[in-house]
Amino acid sequence: MSEYAVIKGASYTLAYTPDMIIQDGATQVTERIVNPESEYLKKLPEHIRSYEDVLSYAPNQVYIGNMKPQDLDEIEFPWYDKKAPVNGRWGKCGEIMPQDEFYGLMQISDAFDLVELEAGFAASVKEKLAKHELFTEKHIAVLDKNAKFTEEALQAVVDDGGCGLYSDGKLVGAVKKAHDVDVNLSAHVMLENIANKATSVLSLLHLIKATGINPDEVDYVIDCGEEACGDMNQRGGGNFAKAAAEVAGFMNATGSDVRSFCAAPAHALLSAASLVKAGTFKNVVVTAGGCTAKLGMNGKSHVDKGLPILEDVLAGFSVLISENNGTDPIIRTDIVGKHNVGTGSSPQAVISSLVTDALDRAGLKITDVDKFAAEMQNPDITKPAGAGDVPEANYKMIGALGVKKGDLERKELPEFIVKHGMKGWAPTQGHIPSGAPYLGPCREMIVNGDISRAMIIGKGSLFLGRLTNLFDGVSFVIEANKGESTETSAVSEEEVRGMIANAMKDFAASLLAE
Amino acid sequence: MAILDGKKAIVIGDRDGIPGPAIAECVETAGAEVVFFSTECFV
Repeated sequence: MSEYAVIKGASYTLAYTPDMIIQDGATQVTERIVNPESEYLKKLPEHIRSYEDVLSYAPNQVYIGNMKPQDLDEIEFPWYDKKAPVNGRWGKCGEIMPQDEFYGLMQISDAFDLVELEAGFAASVKEKLAKHELFTEKHIAVLDKNAKFTEEALQAVVDDGGCGLYSDGKLVGAVKKAHDVDVNLSAHVMLENIANKATSVLSLLHLIKATGINPDEVDYVIDCGEEACGDMNQRGGGNFAKAAAEVAGFMNATGSDVRSFCAAPAHALLSAASLVKAGTFKNVVVTAGGCTAKLGMNGKSHVDKGLPILEDVLAGFSVLISENNGTDPIIRTDIVGKHNVGTGSSPQAVISSLVTDALDRAGLKITDVDKFAAEMQNPDITKPAGAGDVPEANYKMIGALGVKKGDLERKELPEFIVKHGMKGWAPTQGHIPSGAPYLGPCREMIVNGDISRAMIIGKGSLFLGRLTNLFDGVSFVIEANKGESTETSAVSEEEVRGMIANAMKDFAASLLAE
Repeated sequence: MAILDGKKAIVIGDRDGIPGPAIAECVETAGAEVVFFSTECFV
């Protein structure tokens, strides 16, 4: 086994969770603690978009595959006040699930009877999910256990340290705490983790549909989200991957988690591609769910500027990495950039380590890469919040280094950004934007012959964990599959035999000489 | 005499702008004493 692994397909899902913005977003939770009477909390509900608005939001339609990244070039910025030309729930490689069904999916994804839904609400959700083509009867049957849950019973759960699940402000469900005193199993943590698991499950189910893979043939799953699970004795024990794989029905798979903040997807994809290339596993899935804490993260800036709350969806994605089939794009695990401990944190040092150093080692110019996908955050969200246009900042730095290397002229820089870059479309869900949203479109563009080489770049803010001030990142190149063995053995078996024979002769000769 | 001589500085960097350690290094060369620095992330 010496051939590169290939990208067989990807799925992308969103869950529209308007009540969770208010109840569970970290910005709002913090505001309720430090400033419960704030103007922001009062104004917030008026700024929450409808499901229809979320469906007709162009970046969301790009995310689920109904529009191409380049279609955003045709829509005048900002995008939040424009209607996309498509507005369907179902995407080419995913969907945008409404909140009520998502609560049902949370219960389906809950193995410890922690999620309870009000009986009437559960019945209506069951009816809707029964029509969803990706859920089995076994999945749907989980919703049968809600008959005894009244609103009063749910309120009692909330009063006992549980977290409420709301629909238009009305209590329709609750997540119980999983331990009386252990904060690692509190209702808040369990809600975050179950929501994360549920979005990952949704993406895994869509991956099966998008790729046609038999779930029994998946050997290994790697989760690259940003949550932690465990109890007081092993706070980050982990394995969201296997937990989600169980619900998705990958019965012959095990798995593990890879963590590195927003850089984790790139690390996970490299691990997956390496496991396949090494022959350890044939089919490895990289998956991630969304992050309730980041709902409305920049909400204060958006409300201040009169914008809608644009961080109103939980995102997920899954990617299938498989043995070389001669057609799908290959992951060049030998053209890899990495941010080292000694690299430094300036933007120039970071991009040099991730982009130019890797390309230099492979003898490639910056212009030899057709598309770069670094952090594809949607600028509609980040610009009003003062974080700028993140993808554009990355492309400017990549282009500037290209000028420094002599790969392009300074005057060609604006054109380079347009030609080799893209507008961002991913929700600011941490790890979600980090290169991963482009894998699906990239696969399609390479297979169609639109491009032949792309670079995926993951970058992560390790300093947020307060264990180090370091930044992090890894990158790798994806190329068109030439349909032939991508590597040949440098030395044949016959030649090896000859070399060993000669070495033995030399050794014998040296012994005789002594 | 450097422009920040005798000053104490609290440095908040932005992950997608200039990170804390880079600002801290500049501020120190301008004569300030950095009493705290960190980098925040808004994405």
